[in-house]
Amino acid sequence: MGVLMTHKLCAAAEGVVLTDDEIAANFGDLHKPLNAIQAMAAADHCIYCYDAPCITACPTSIDIPTFIHQIRTKNVDGAARTILSENIMGGTCARACPTEVLCEQACVRNHGGEEPVEIGLLQRFAIDHLMAKGGKHPFERASATGKRIAVVGAGPAGLSCAHRTAMLGHSVTIFEAKPKAGGLNEYGLAAYKMIDDFAQREVDFLMGIGGIEINYAHPLGGNLSLRELRDTFDAVFLGVGLGNTNRLGLDGEDKHGVLDAIDFIEELRQKRKKADMTVGQDVVVIGGGNTAIDAAVQARALGAAHVTLVYRRGEDAMGATKFEIDLARTNGVVVEPWAKPTAILGGKAVTGMVFERTARDAKSGKLFGTGDTFEVKADMVLKAIGQKLDATALDGLDLAAGKISVLDGFVTNISGVFAGGDCVKSGEDLTVQAVEDGKQAAHAIDAYLKS
Amino acid sequence: MADLGCTIAGIESINPFWLASAPPTDKYYNVVRAFEAGWGGVVWKTLGEDPPVVNVASRYGVHHDAGRGVIGINNIELISDRPLEVNLREIGRTRKEWPDRVIIGSMMAPIDEQAWKELAIKIANSGVHGIELNLGCPHGMCERGMGSAIGQVPDMVEQTTRWVREAVDLPVFTKLTPNITNILWAAEAAKKGGAHAVSLINTVNSIVSVDLDAMAPTPVVGGKGTHGGYCGAAVKPIALNMVAEIARSPDTRGLDISAIGGIENWRDAAEFISLGANALQVCTAAMLYGFRIVDDMIAGLSAFMDEKGYRNIEEFRGLATRNTVDWNALDMNFDTKAFINPDKCIECGRCHIACEDTSHQAIEYHVAADGKRSFTVVDEDCVGCNLCAMICPVPDCIEMRPVDNGKPYVSWPEHPLNPMKAAQ
Repeated sequence: MGVLMTHKLCAAAEGVVLTDDEIAANFGDLHKPLNAIQAMAAADHCIYCYDAPCITACPTSIDIPTFIHQIRTKNVDGAARTILSENIMGGTCARACPTEVLCEQACVRNHGGEEPVEIGLLQRFAIDHLMAKGGKHPFERASATGKRIAVVGAGPAGLSCAHRTAMLGHSVTIFEAKPKAGGLNEYGLAAYKMIDDFAQREVDFLMGIGGIEINYAHPLGGNLSLRELRDTFDAVFLGVGLGNTNRLGLDGEDKHGVLDAIDFIEELRQKRKKADMTVGQDVVVIGGGNTAIDAAVQARALGAAHVTLVYRRGEDAMGATKFEIDLARTNGVVVEPWAKPTAILGGKAVTGMVFERTARDAKSGKLFGTGDTFEVKADMVLKAIGQKLDATALDGLDLAAGKISVLDGFVTNISGVFAGGDCVKSGEDLTVQAVEDGKQAAHAIDAYLKS
Repeated sequence: MADLGCTIAGIESINPFWLASAPPTDKYYNVVRAFEAGWGGVVWKTLGEDPPVVNVASRYGVHHDAGRGVIGINNIELISDRPLEVNLREIGRTRKEWPDRVIIGSMMAPIDEQAWKELAIKIANSGVHGIELNLGCPHGMCERGMGSAIGQVPDMVEQTTRWVREAVDLPVFTKLTPNITNILWAAEAAKKGGAHAVSLINTVNSIVSVDLDAMAPTPVVGGKGTHGGYCGAAVKPIALNMVAEIARSPDTRGLDISAIGGIENWRDAAEFISLGANALQVCTAAMLYGFRIVDDMIAGLSAFMDEKGYRNIEEFRGLATRNTVDWNALDMNFDTKAFINPDKCIECGRCHIACEDTSHQAIEYHVAADGKRSFTVVDEDCVGCNLCAMICPVPDCIEMRPVDNGKPYVSWPEHPLNPMKAAQ
C-alpha cells in the first residue's frame, strides 16, 4: 500500500482546538472501501496464481486467488464464503491485518515491479457485501454431538474456536470478563480501523451459526475456576489473551496522566462520541509496536498538539510495520528511536519525561545507555511496552516464557484443556493468528471428543 | 513516408480505411464526420426498395470480458429505415462535397431480377463509385428472403451479382456471409457472376448473452430476443481465415478483397493486407470509440510500413498468403521448446498448472527452502504447443525456441509414420 492511501487527519496545531466534527472526521475509515467498479478493477489485477504465495502468507490460509476470481465473476457472496470458510473474522482481518507484510507482500505482482493486488480491500468488499445483505448465516451446523465446550474469552481466538466447534455440532458456552464480546477487535484496535461498530456487527454475524451462548462479566477466577470448567464441560478452550501490562519500573508511574496505551485505546473505543475523550496537549508514547502507533495517531486525531513516540531501539526493530510508522509520521507524530525512559517528571500529575539516548554495541548487539539525556514535555504518557499473561487463575497449567505452554493441536498439559491466541506462543500477535489458533484448536477439540 | 493509397475493383482510395455498411454510415451527417476524421471511403448503409423497413428498439447486445472490455457486439438492426430518395440525395450531395473520398452504395432486394436491376440503376445514378451487394445480413432481412438467405445459396450469389453487373457500368462488390460451410463456394459464385471484388465477412449468427433474469437472449425486445449478427474483435480470426482462403485458392485468385471483421487498429489492418486484402472496412471499432480511431490506423500503418521499408501497400499485400498452406504442407520435423526466463518470471505458476492439468506435464515446479518458487521446462516432455507462452502474464518471459535438430523438411504425406504412405 502506498503513502497515497494513508489517512490524513485534521491535525491540531498548538493553541488550536479541533471541533467535534473534525474529530469525528478523524475517526472515519482509515482505508476507504472499494466500490463495485474499483473492486472489479482491483480483482482484474490478480493473476490467479497456482498454489499462490499469498495463501501461504495468510496465517488462516484463505484461498485468495479463488475468492478474487469469484469477485471477478460477480459471485461476491461466494467470495465471502470462501474467505469465511477459513477465517470467520475475515471482516476484521480485512480491516486490521498488516497486509503489507502478509498476503500483499507475497503477491507476485511485486516481482514485476507493480503494485500488489489490493487483497485486504477486496476481502472487505466481499465480506461487507455478504453482511450488508443479511439473511441466513452462510454455514450450517453439523448434527448435534451432545458435547459441551467451554470457551474462556470472547476475543478473536475464543470466538473463532466457538464458531468452528459449533459448526462441527458441539454446544458452546463462552465466559467473557468484559461486558462485550470481540476482545481486542472491540477494545484494542484503532477506532479508524473498525468504524460503524464493526466488531459487534461481526460478533452478531458469527453467532448466527447457532449453538453458542455468551456469559458476560464472567472472568476466570473468583466464582469461575478452570477446574470447575474442566469438570462440567467435555472440553475447555482458553483464549484469555494477555491481561497484564509491562511496567516501566520508574518512580512516578502512578502519577496522573501516566496510562497504559491499551487502556487509553479501550476507553476511546467505547466512546460513542470521540470528542468526549480526554487527551493531553503534549503526549508521549513509549513503545514501538502497533499499539504504540495506534495510541500516537489516535492522540493526534483527538487533537493533541504534540505527540512524540519514543522507542529504545532503531526503527527497523520496531514491531509496527513501515506502513504504520509512515501513517504516524504523515499525521505529525514525532518518532524518536534510540532512547529509553529514565524519569517521570511532575508532582501529582505528570509534566514531562526524561530519556537517555541508547546505542547498540557493535560486537555484542546489546543495547546500552550513552549517558546523553533529553527531556520531553508531557501532560499525558501512554505506555505501550507490551502485555503479559495474567496467570492468577491458571493453576495447574504449564507455562513457558510467560505464556501458556501448548503442544500441536493447541492442547495444554491438562487433558481436555486447549488454549490459543495471544496467551500462547504461536505466530505473530495478530488478530488473524488468533483466529487461526481458534480454528485449529476447534478441530483438535473435535478430534479429541471423537477419540 | 509510405503511400497508403490503394486501388480496389479499379477504384482509387486515399487510404485503405473505409467504413462498412452499418449504422455509422446511415446518413449524410455521420458520413461527413467520418470524412472529416480522415476515412478514405464509406459503404453507405444498405438501401432497399421503398417503403423503408421499420426497426425495433433494443438493437445491440454485447459480449464483455471481466474488465468490461468489449469482446464483440451483435445487432439485430435491419437495413436503412429512411426513404430511398432521401438516402440517394444525401449520397449525391456528399459525393460533390468530398470528391476525393469513395462512396459505395450497398443494396439488397428480394430474389427478383427486375427489383435488383431497378434498385441498382437508381443507386448508380446517385453518383456512387461502386455497388456492394449485401448478401450477408443474418437477421431479420433473411426471414424476408434477402441478405444471408441469398448469400447462403451460391447459385443466387452468382445470379444477383450478374444482374447488377448487367444493369450498371460500375465496379461490383459482392458481400459474403460467413454463416456457410465453405466460403470458397460463395466466392467462386461471385466471381462467376462477374464481381470485381468480394467484401467479407458480414456478421456471424450469434446470441451474445442470455439475460438470466428475463430468461431471454440479449438484446431483449419486450421479453424476447432473436439471434443477431456478431462483430468486433472476436470475429477477426474467422475473417482472417476466410480472406486467406479466397486469396490463396486458384479458383478465386484475382478477385479483389475488401476485408471486414474485427479490424480495430493498424495492426489488424496490416494482417488483413498481408493475407491479400486490397482494402478494409471497419464498423465495430468506430462504434466503440468514434471515428477518431482512424488517426492511429493511418499513423500506425504508415509507421509500420516505413519501419519495414514498404513504400506502398502493394509491396506487402499478400506476403503472408504464400505462407498460408494446408496442414499437410507443414514441416513435421520442425521442433520448438519453451524456455522460461527466470529473471522475468514472477512465480505465478500459471504455466505449470496449465501444462500439468491440460497439456504434457512438461513444467516442473519447485519451492526452495526460502519460499522462492521456480518453474522449469522438461525438454523431453515439451511438445512445443505454445500454451505456457500464451498464458504467461509477463510479456517475453516464456520464449519458444526453435530446436536446430538438423532434420530436413518432411510433410505428413511423406512422413514414415503415415500409414497412407506405407500403403503406397
